[in-house]
Amino acid sequence: MGEVVGIPRALLYYHYYPMWKVFFESLGASVVTSGETTRAVLDAGARVAVDEACLPIKVFHGHVLALAGNCDYVFVPRLVSVERRAFICPKFMGLPDMVRCNCPGIPNLIDSCVNLSKSTRGYVRAVYSAGRVFTGNTLRILAAHTKAKAALATYTRYLESGMTPDEALALMGMTNSRDASARGGVAAASSPLGAARNPGKGQDGVAIGLVGHPYVVYDPFVSMGVIRRLREMGAIVVTSDMVPASTIESEASRFPRRVFWTLGRRLLGAGFYFLGSGAVHGCLHMRAFACGPESLIGEILEREAARHRDVPFATITVDEHTGEAGVLTRLEAFFDVVTRRKKR
Amino acid sequence: MKVTFAHMGNLYITVKALLEDLGVEVVVPPMPSKRTLSIGSRHSPEFACLPLKVNIGNYIEALELGADTIAMAGGVGPCRFGLYGEVQREILKGLGYEFDMVIIDPPQGRLRRVLQQVGRLVGRNSVGRYLRAVRLAWAKMTAVDELEKLAQRVRPFESRRGEASAALERALRLVDEASSIAGVKGALEDGREALLDVKAPGGGAHSAPRIGVVGEVYVVLEPFVNFDVERRLGEMGVLVERSIYIGDWVREHVFKDLLRLRKGRRPYDLAKPYLCHFVGGHGIETVGHTVEYAHRRFDGVIQLAPFTCMPEIVAQDVLPSVSRDMGIPVMTLIFDEHSSDAGVLTRLEAFVDLVERSRSRRDAM
Repeated sequence: MGEVVGIPRALLYYHYYPMWKVFFESLGASVVTSGETTRAVLDAGARVAVDEACLPIKVFHGHVLALAGNCDYVFVPRLVSVERRAFICPKFMGLPDMVRCNCPGIPNLIDSCVNLSKSTRGYVRAVYSAGRVFTGNTLRILAAHTKAKAALATYTRYLESGMTPDEALALMGMTNSRDASARGGVAAASSPLGAARNPGKGQDGVAIGLVGHPYVVYDPFVSMGVIRRLREMGAIVVTSDMVPASTIESEASRFPRRVFWTLGRRLLGAGFYFLGSGAVHGCLHMRAFACGPESLIGEILEREAARHRDVPFATITVDEHTGEAGVLTRLEAFFDVVTRRKKR
Repeated sequence: MKVTFAHMGNLYITVKALLEDLGVEVVVPPMPSKRTLSIGSRHSPEFACLPLKVNIGNYIEALELGADTIAMAGGVGPCRFGLYGEVQREILKGLGYEFDMVIIDPPQGRLRRVLQQVGRLVGRNSVGRYLRAVRLAWAKMTAVDELEKLAQRVRPFESRRGEASAALERALRLVDEASSIAGVKGALEDGREALLDVKAPGGGAHSAPRIGVVGEVYVVLEPFVNFDVERRLGEMGVLVERSIYIGDWVREHVFKDLLRLRKGRRPYDLAKPYLCHFVGGHGIETVGHTVEYAHRRFDGVIQLAPFTCMPEIVAQDVLPSVSRDMGIPVMTLIFDEHSSDAGVLTRLEAFVDLVERSRSRRDAM
């Protein structure tokens, strides 16, 4: 029985989990994740993090605490940049330091630093430093990384085909059985593979473009189940991860300055696409309170939306005090507007 | 062309000198006021950070006075400041203002591009004229920093409350009005004397508690948004030192960058046990300087930050550990358009009390 690596189910878990899981498992470790976000997880996180931190950071702290005692290591990478000339948000750069200061008594962190903003050399070092925890054999680390990248490619393809992370993970056999049985059906019904070229419209029903950070919109607790609820109302939900990367890039480049946050640029590109291409009937922006990048990205999107009055646009801000009823009411109202506009 | 720019403390003295010496007509926005803040926050995104909102207020007030060009620094992330220019342009255009916005990006070793951007602003000038303008602006900047530092040192010992600040203000006005390097030198000399004169007889014999001010550059340098925290502390008898002065900032960020010199590592090394990576803005400097103040046996540190400032939140998150490990009291003050004078003052008084008490406990030991 190898050592156990805990991966918090928060932040970029939603983008990279299959890669991380395959990597550590190929090196002989076993991987556990924290469960879904719950009120208790959030409360625990909010207690230890500074008040001013944004909701997703508090949630992340909660997940780290939930893992304590269940694993030998917690994987908290320092994700500075995943592409040239761009960054994740500043808080990701200090995340391991914040976690270490705020959560005493947690297992050792694996805090490899991924910084591709200037060159890709650091990436190799990051992979190696994470792998070295389990083996000194460079070839084994490289082999594990190759397998991990393949898993990530499959996962990304599933997302682009219209699945949510939960559905893609279920299809890849990466969720525990309870999750898989609960969500497999939805995956088969509402996200046919191959729809990637034309997400949303073209099928019956109302298509809604959902703009928001993955760790907001895909976390059923944080987002108050926005995707499930919209689907229950009969909408086809298209998130920014379902829009092909090339479309995102070309849409985002319409903004006069290159947006230097990788995630912010994705949101902006997806938002521009939803508003301007006629691919969806409505565009919903869901953001977390106190999210720095989104305070500006949201402003840009609102101004763009004002130029495209044919596509209804709404913003919902969530924080740790948000009530479910309030969000549901707003979702229903938005869905009504979009449906009525579509009928006309 | 009438050029304007946003306020940040006394930076306007330097920028104005530089532009005017290059033959540009300048409209300095009115000093930030309640009105600036209220029109700024009315037209800005609700969750944007405070500097953006006050900038918008500055710009609107300057446009009302006839400015038609806005000069502004750009950025490459990861702090939000890098997108200010574009967002501010959209907001102001949306309000119907006619103007040109010139965004000057950080050089990152590419001098030519910066010169092109600057050229758009000031037109063609001889190299000699550039050098002369830069030298005058530099002299003013150095003088401003020196006068501010001196005021911080004499303020706790002034014989009548407010005298040091009044002397500083007079001296700064003279520096602002000086049109030659000799004039700046004279103004500096006079200011120095006037400031030293405000010391009460025997003042300085007793030792004042020393508090370091760290945090986000705009809030640290702009007295309007930080409710004059530096003067307030001084008048409570505290010797204040800030981690950032404009001159240091320009040397570090403009010139070293321009000349591709290796930047100082010191705050980075000091911050290491607590924060081992840059986080944009001045986050790592905030942590590093706090450690430094602890090493220098300061009696307390106050962190200033705008609400939702990302780099400062990371710093704020690790500062309690610094405070605990090094035994130095640290307080964070966060500012937005809802901050109030009384609230800030109460917290400052409470902190100074705490610092005094821990000082006398230490002395008694």
